[in-house]
Amino acid sequence: MAEQVYWDDVQEGIELPPVVKNPTTQQLVKYAGASGDYYQIHYDQGFAKNNGLDDVILHGALKNAFLGHLVTKWMGQAGDLKRLACQYRGMDIPGTPVTAKGVVTRKYQEQGANLVDCELWLENEKGDKTTPGSATVALPQR
Amino acid sequence: MTTPASFLTEEMRQQAIGEKSAPRTIDVEKGAIIKFAQAIEDDNPVFNDDMAARDSRYGGLIAPPTFLRSVGVDRPTYPFDLPFTRLLDGGSDWEYFHPVRAGDRITAISEITDINERTGRMGLMIITTIVVTYRNQFDRVAATQTSTSIRY
Repeated sequence: MAEQVYWDDVQEGIELPPVVKNPTTQQLVKYAGASGDYYQIHYDQGFAKNNGLDDVILHGALKNAFLGHLVTKWMGQAGDLKRLACQYRGMDIPGTPVTAKGVVTRKYQEQGANLVDCELWLENEKGDKTTPGSATVALPQR
Repeated sequence: MTTPASFLTEEMRQQAIGEKSAPRTIDVEKGAIIKFAQAIEDDNPVFNDDMAARDSRYGGLIAPPTFLRSVGVDRPTYPFDLPFTRLLDGGSDWEYFHPVRAGDRITAISEITDINERTGRMGLMIITTIVVTYRNQFDRVAATQTSTSIRY
């Protein structure tokens, strides 16, 4: 486990350590089973093509989970995730890596909580942000 | 497939907004949490390792933030037939209030809070905002999830 991050030490503009993912068709099937989302565009190429797609695509919710991984890993066990949002702007296909990245955009205190807002995104190999998002976390104070 | 130039009327919008699904209840099993964490390839001990999670401030396994997707809540039924079969997920906005723990009983209800149409690259689309409220066995809201679904 990474060391606990403290609110005191966080500054606006710092980056969250990136999380690299290498989704495969096998992972999409595992995710389908674990989440119960069996929509065929995520594992049946013929079905995906009949739906106007070039290939099977990552579940949006899996990309949401990758951003969740990024932020929960960073905030550590003493952190509390308050909000996690993302938009599925671009599609991602299995077999190509995606990287979850984030940057702290705001540090503030509200109702006794030490909060940090982050901008998050999932980036493909070309550097396109396919899945922009944001999060709010409460962090412990030293 | 040909789609009409316009479909939704204001009257239909008002009929749809407020439509709710039937509640869906699941017991959050330890194995399901671990399987979900493995599927998203997140090795955080509080999602994967019961012993390590016992030593954490949670006192046991908790679910990763998007695990609640696996509750499999029904979508609210539209009060009219949609002329589309294709569906895309536009995004989600989660708010968290209480951690979801192994052993919790979660009840989820989804509700249509907005519906609009738009013409995009793939023709006419119906964009629906759905809010899912997840309550635990103590009737506390554990999380809400606002998602956008696109039919085209």
